[in-house]
Amino acid sequence: MPYADVDVDAARKHGTVWGLSNRNYDAQKAHKLYNRFLDELEYGEELGFDVVSVNEHHQTAYGMMPSPIVTASALARRTSKVKIAILGSALPLRSHPMMVAEEHAMIDVISGGRLISGFVRGIGAEYHTFGVNPTISHDRFHEAHDLIIRAWTEKGPFSFEGHHYRVTYVNLWPQPLQKPHPPVWIPSQGSKETIDWAAHPDRRYTYLQTFSPAKVVQRYLKMYRETCTGYGYTAKDSQLGWAVPVYVAKTDQQAKDEARKHFETFRNVFVRMPLEMLLPPGYTSRESLKNVMKAKAQMFGDVTLEQALELGLFVCGSPQTVLDSFRNHWNEMRFGNLLVLCQFATLPADLTRKNMELFAREVMPALKALN
Amino acid sequence: MSFSDSYVELNGCRVHLRRGGAGKPLLFLHGASGAPVILPFMEKLAERFDVLVPEHPGYGQSDEPAWLENIHDMAYFYLDFLRQLNLSEIVLIGNSMGGWIAMEMAVRDTSRLDSLILVGPAGIAAAGVQPADIFLMAPEVLVKNLFFDQKIAEARLAQPLTPESVDLALKNSHTTARLAWEPRLHDPFLPKWLHRIDVPVKIIWGKQDKILPSAFVSHYQKHFPKAEIEIFDNCGHLPHAEYPDKFCDSVFRFACK
Repeated sequence: MPYADVDVDAARKHGTVWGLSNRNYDAQKAHKLYNRFLDELEYGEELGFDVVSVNEHHQTAYGMMPSPIVTASALARRTSKVKIAILGSALPLRSHPMMVAEEHAMIDVISGGRLISGFVRGIGAEYHTFGVNPTISHDRFHEAHDLIIRAWTEKGPFSFEGHHYRVTYVNLWPQPLQKPHPPVWIPSQGSKETIDWAAHPDRRYTYLQTFSPAKVVQRYLKMYRETCTGYGYTAKDSQLGWAVPVYVAKTDQQAKDEARKHFETFRNVFVRMPLEMLLPPGYTSRESLKNVMKAKAQMFGDVTLEQALELGLFVCGSPQTVLDSFRNHWNEMRFGNLLVLCQFATLPADLTRKNMELFAREVMPALKALN
Repeated sequence: MSFSDSYVELNGCRVHLRRGGAGKPLLFLHGASGAPVILPFMEKLAERFDVLVPEHPGYGQSDEPAWLENIHDMAYFYLDFLRQLNLSEIVLIGNSMGGWIAMEMAVRDTSRLDSLILVGPAGIAAAGVQPADIFLMAPEVLVKNLFFDQKIAEARLAQPLTPESVDLALKNSHTTARLAWEPRLHDPFLPKWLHRIDVPVKIIWGKQDKILPSAFVSHYQKHFPKAEIEIFDNCGHLPHAEYPDKFCDSVFRFACK
């Protein structure tokens, strides 16, 4: 949910939308954008999507949802059948994870059990904006998660004694409607530690690889399956997911023409940030950080639409092209969940709706049949 | 003057120690970029002192102990270190993060200290004085910002990166983040207890320090009204590296009275 009216030239000059001064923010424009995007998400239900999803980012034009709780709440009341995924709440950034447990449980109860809970650590930039120490990010994430699951599933009051969070009385009102608790999805840019944790037999959480080249998606989904095998069980396809920007139009050429400017702005202005901002010390293992430093030129340079299509970073074309592309990827990866980002960066409302409609009517039915 | 290389094992942590010279003990506590090599100022100090330059837990060739979670752990570690080596009458010098550690040690116990020299120290916050964000600086920008004399920065940047030097830099910045990410490079409770420091204090600051601006000095003066203050002109964040002779003369004048 980008602040799509951002002055792209100002953002380019700044180098990224991350850290761009809020002098560039206009609440009147944001008012229209929030309502437009919420309308689009509600339209997703009408078009037959199984899930609509929201996420969390802070102090940036990249995303206007510092609290996905607010948008998910609005959707809980305005929709009736579609599942609502929060992908996800950034647990280590919260000073009190019990609030996350309470908010998610409220949405699950209000929506009649339609919540998919997602947990993330927040991206590196958010450790700069929030001041939370990135070197304890994994620890806080795990501990906050444990507290939330216990708060959802155990009868209180009980006490929780952690290293980062200590609560004398855990006794959650409300408890989630779904039992034992809402499904948990773990969006990730790919990390062995996250996969080991999410795939563990105690959790078996759906692992969602976000905005990565198709080869990278394939590598991590394979790693997830192998990790499950190592734990002594076979992963279900429903434990695997891929989140990818998609644009569909009548012909391949039209799709490229309509999406080009917006996709390239997404990749080269909205997603871009300096290495120091993306990966503060301790946010990842030092081995991962070194790998990123080696791939710096490739990761931090501009990418054209054609390069992105070649990499499988973006799926764009006629309904047939997009269907063929996903069918091929599915044959290789067998992801049970596909999250299509139908709006990105500056893509305007009319093209977004057209994209959603074409995808829902001419691509989605055949993809659903694959599973 | 040659320095010996050894390891001190303490609290389950092996710490790399370089030691050289003879005389009163002088403990130098390095800043966030570590102390990977013997520098000219250490050689010169060793002409008159028994100079000890440890690499802090979590830095350089020292271990990264699991217990190291905050600056207070570091202060207690070094107080144990002084006891284990049975040092007394110590001239304690700390630069940047090392200055912060030195103050955290001294508010707890000055019984083994002769005097305290703070060189562009971190450790306290001051209204209206904004330290640079070292965690948002690309490594080459950080090096340039450390020095007033850009020739020194260029010489440092001209040294080829090796896999070992990259590993060490990542290790050092990890530990710095662990100790100083938030609150950023200071302990909000430290100023309450600075009055406990009952040994002579000297403060040295580079006038053109781009990491911790020299505008901090007036705030330190309030906390240490009797302190000797010396501002080095045309100097950045590392006066000891940028002006080794002047720095050492200053230490000798203060600590050899």
